[in-house]
Amino acid sequence: MGLLKEHDFGTPPQPGPASVTVEIDGVPVAVPEGTSVMRAAAQTGTDIPKLCATDSLEAFGSCRLCLVEIDGKKGTPASCTTPVAEGMKVRTQTPKLEKLRQGVMELYISDHPLDCLTCAANGDCELQDMSGVVGLRQVRYGYEGENHLDAPKDTSNPYFDFDASKCIVCSRCVRACGEVQGTFALTIEGRGFDSKVSPSANDLFMDSECVSCGACVQACPTATLQEKSVVELGMPTRSVLTTCAYCGVGCSFKAELRGDELVRMVPYKDGGANEGHSCVKGRFAFGYATHPDRQLNPMIRERITDEWREVDWETAISHVAEKFRDIQARHGVGSIGGITSSRCTNEEVYVVQKLVRAAFGNNNVDTCARVCHSPTGYGLKQTFGTSAGTQDFRSVAEADVIVVIGANPTDGHPVFASRMKRRLREGAQLIVVDPRRIDLVRSPHVEASQHLQLAPGTNVAIVNALSHVVVTEGLVDRSFVTDRCEEFDEWAEFIAREENSPEATESITGVPAEQVRSAARLYASAGNGAIYYGLGVTEHSQGSTMVMGMANLAMATGNIGREGVGVNPLRGQNNVQGSCDMGSFPHELSGYRHVSDEAVREVFEKLWERPIIPEPGLRIPNMFDAAVDGSFLGLFVQGEDIAQSDPNTQHVNAALSAMELVVVQDLFLNETAKFAHVFLPGTSFLEKDGTFTNAERRINRVRPVMTPKTGKDEWRVACEIAQAMGYDMSYEHPREIMAEIAAVTPTFAGVSFDKLDKLGSVQWPCNDNAPEGTPTMHVDGFVRGKGRFVRTPFVATRERSTRKFPLILTTGRILSQYNVGAQTRRTANVAWHPEDVLEIHPHDAEERGISSGDEVTLTSRVGTTTLRAEIADRMPVGVVYTTFHHPVTGANVVTTENSDWATNCPEYKVTAVQVGLRHPVERHEAARDEEPALAD
Amino acid sequence: MTSTISPQVRMANDIAVQFEHKDADEAAEEIAAHIRMFWDPRMKSELLRLAGSEPSSFEPTALAAARRL
Repeated sequence: MGLLKEHDFGTPPQPGPASVTVEIDGVPVAVPEGTSVMRAAAQTGTDIPKLCATDSLEAFGSCRLCLVEIDGKKGTPASCTTPVAEGMKVRTQTPKLEKLRQGVMELYISDHPLDCLTCAANGDCELQDMSGVVGLRQVRYGYEGENHLDAPKDTSNPYFDFDASKCIVCSRCVRACGEVQGTFALTIEGRGFDSKVSPSANDLFMDSECVSCGACVQACPTATLQEKSVVELGMPTRSVLTTCAYCGVGCSFKAELRGDELVRMVPYKDGGANEGHSCVKGRFAFGYATHPDRQLNPMIRERITDEWREVDWETAISHVAEKFRDIQARHGVGSIGGITSSRCTNEEVYVVQKLVRAAFGNNNVDTCARVCHSPTGYGLKQTFGTSAGTQDFRSVAEADVIVVIGANPTDGHPVFASRMKRRLREGAQLIVVDPRRIDLVRSPHVEASQHLQLAPGTNVAIVNALSHVVVTEGLVDRSFVTDRCEEFDEWAEFIAREENSPEATESITGVPAEQVRSAARLYASAGNGAIYYGLGVTEHSQGSTMVMGMANLAMATGNIGREGVGVNPLRGQNNVQGSCDMGSFPHELSGYRHVSDEAVREVFEKLWERPIIPEPGLRIPNMFDAAVDGSFLGLFVQGEDIAQSDPNTQHVNAALSAMELVVVQDLFLNETAKFAHVFLPGTSFLEKDGTFTNAERRINRVRPVMTPKTGKDEWRVACEIAQAMGYDMSYEHPREIMAEIAAVTPTFAGVSFDKLDKLGSVQWPCNDNAPEGTPTMHVDGFVRGKGRFVRTPFVATRERSTRKFPLILTTGRILSQYNVGAQTRRTANVAWHPEDVLEIHPHDAEERGISSGDEVTLTSRVGTTTLRAEIADRMPVGVVYTTFHHPVTGANVVTTENSDWATNCPEYKVTAVQVGLRHPVERHEAARDEEPALAD
Repeated sequence: MTSTISPQVRMANDIAVQFEHKDADEAAEEIAAHIRMFWDPRMKSELLRLAGSEPSSFEPTALAAARRL
C-alpha cells in the first residue's frame, strides 16, 4: 500500500436523510439539510480549493479561497459556511473565481518562505497544493515589506516543532485544540497583521496547557506544526492501517513509513473508536518498540541469581517444555499455569489459554484483567448476562447526563474524554463521583453539575444512596422495570430502607445528603443518562458489588438498551476486553462460559482432543498463595509485569522466588524477569498480526508494520511450547486462530479477518443475528433474558485509617505514562512525568512539615517506599494519591492483600498509610544552618 | 509483612460478610455456591481442612458454607 490519504470533505457531515438536492457544476447531488456547499461538492467529486476548512472542524470561513458562485445570489460566498438549499445551482470554477483565488493565494505566498524543496512538508503541504490548484504563477508583492519570515521557531515539544514563519493563521490548530481535543490551549494573539498562534499566554508549547494530542499537527495545512520525526526522517511514503496498543480506547492509526522505517503514527479518520483523533501516547510514544533496551533473543538460567545465557529459540522452547513437564511429574498437573496479557492480540491470548487448558491440562490461567476489571466481568454478568460495556463510544454524543465514577478519562482514556467533553460543551450535564477533584470537574468550557467527593472505599454506599432517591422519590422507570427486569421488588424494598438514604450514608461517604439527592434527580430525570466508570469502581473490596449497584441504578431509571445511556467500563489496557473474551479467566472458556458447563466443554474437547477440567483453576492471587504454600511451581507470564503491577510486592516476590520455573515473555527485562528462569522475547504491536478488542467490544485489526524483531511471531511461541510438551497445536496464520475462536465462541461466530478487512471493525456479538456486529447491547432484551436487580449492601473495607496509618492512599494513572511504564518510560514522554509523585492536601502536608518537592516516606502495614511530595488541593484532606509508572517508586510495595470479595481484584484504591519527611532531622539542621545567612 | 490469617479463610470471610443481609442458611448456600463457581479444588480442600482445624477463624456463615462443599 502507498500512502493512505482519507478524502477531506472540507466540513463535517450532517445527520439525517439526504433530503436536499443541489446542482454542483451541473451535477445533481442529494445531501442532508445543513450540509455545506463545500461538502456537497466534495461528494460529487469536486474538491473546492480551501485552506482553513477541513472536515474534522466546523466551518470557519476565513481563508477566502473556497468562494463559489450561486445562481440567484449576489457575490461569491464561501462554500464552507454556506449551507445547501433545495434547488441551489452552484458553480465552483469560473474565470471570476479563478482570479479571486489567485489573488488570495498571492497574498498568502507573499508572506511565506519559499523553501518548498527543503521543507519537511514538501509533498504534504496544502498551501503548496492550493498554489497549484488555483494556478498561481506570480507573486507581485515581493518580500520587501513587513512579513513574518523571521518569526521564532518553538522546538520545546519533544515530538513536534512550531515554526511560526510558515503559519498562515488559518486557525485550524486553534480550532482543533478546542473542538477536537477540548483543551483550548491555543489561541490567536493579536489582530490583523500581528495575529499569531499562541500556546496559552504566549508560552512555549512545552510550558503551556498543551497535552500533545497531535490534533493541531494533524490539522495544520502547512509545515508550521510538524512532527520532528518527519523533519528528521523525511516524508513517509506508505501506510499500514493498525490499532494502538495503549489504553482500552483502541484508536485506529495509519503507521506511516519511509521504506521500512516508521516515521509517524497518524490517527485514522475512519477508525470507529477514535474517528481521527489521538493522544500523546498513541500519536507519538511508539519509540519503545525500537528501543535498545529490547531483549531480542531467548535467554535461560538455572537460578535467578545466575547470569542470563542467550540461546536459540529451539533450545529455549524445549527447555521450557521439559521443565514444565518435570514439575508436573513431581508435583501434579495443577502445579503450573499461565497468565495472559491484555497487551497482546486476541489470537496470542487465545493460544496461551489453550496452551494451559489443553497442553498443561488444567485451568490455571488468568489474565491481568484480574487486577483491573474482573469485577466488571462478575457484576455485569450477574445483572445483564455478559461482561461487556453496553454502548459504543459514539453513544456519548446522545447522552444528556453523564456520570463518571472512579475514572479519570482525560488522563486514562483521553480520546474518549475528548468525545465526552464535546458533548458536555454542547450542554449535557456531568456528575463526577471521585475522591479527587479530577480535571473533568472543572476544565475549559466544562464544569460538573455535581462532584460527589466521597471518601475512598464508600462507592457502594453512594450508589445505594442514589438508587434510594430514585426509588423513594418516584423516579423509577416503571414500564422498563416491569417489561425488562426481574427481582425488582426485593431490591426496591432493600434500597428504600433508611440505612441507604443519603442522610444515613452521609457520615460514611462524607458527601452531603442534599448533593446526593440532587445528583440522583438529575440522572434519573435525564432523557438519556450514561454511566462511565473505571478502576476507581473495580479495585475495591466491594468492586463487584459496586458494578452491580451501577447496573441496578441504570435499570431502575431505564437507562439501558439505546444510544446515549448504558453502563460502560473504561478499560485500562488495549485488549483487556479481548483477553477476557478469549477465555483467560480460570473459571471460563471463551465467551464467558463456565467450565462446569458440559455442553460448552464438549465443543472444546471435540476440537482440541483433550479433556477440559470442569472445575476452576487458580486466579493470579491464588497462584501466589499456592506458590508460597509449595503447590504451584511453574508459571508462564505473557506480557505482564506482575512484580511491579500486582499488590503487596513483598508477597509477590516471595511467591515468584518460591517457584522452580518462571517464564517471562516480554519486550523488556522487566521487574518480573528478575525472578525468571527463562526469558522469551515478545513482539511489539508494530510486529503483531491479529486483533485487539477495545472497551466498546470493537474488534480491530492489528497489522504488522515490520517483521518480528525476535525472529518469531509471539503466537507461534505458545504453539511450539505446546508441541514440545506433546500437544499438537499449530496454525499457519493468525487468521486461522480467529477462525477457531469464531468456531467455538457464539458471540464471535461471524468474525473473520476478511470481514474485518472489509468493514474496518465489528463489535461483538457478531454472528448470524448481527452479521455486522452490535454497537448497542440489550436493545430488545438482556443477554440473560431479564435484567436482574441484585441487592448490594454496603460493607466497609477492612482497611481503615488508624492512628499509626491515618491517611488513605489511592493510586491511578497520568496522561503521559501508561501502567507500569515499560513502554512510555522508554519514550520522550518522560519529559512530562519523570517520576511518580505523592499528591497530598496542603493541610496534611503542613501537619507533617512537607513542602512540594520534598522526599517523603510512604508507609503502610505491609511496606515502605519513598517518593517526592506534591502539594495538591485537588486531594481531599486525609487522602493521598500516587501513580505506579516507575519501578523505582514501587507504589505497590505498600498496597495490601485485600481484594474484591467476588473476584480477588486487588483493593489498590484504599490503603491506610502514613507519610513523613524522609530526612526530617537533616532538613531541620539544614534550616538551622541557613539561619545566620538569613540574619545577615 | 503478609497477613497471618490463611488466604482461604480471609477470602471466605470476605464473601461471607457480603451475605450478612440474608438468613444464615441462605447465606451459607450462596457462599458455598460462589466458592464452587470460582475456587480451584486445592483451595476448597484447604478451606475444608481449616474448617476442621481452626473453626474459630471463620465467620459463622463461612464455616457453614465450607461444610457444605
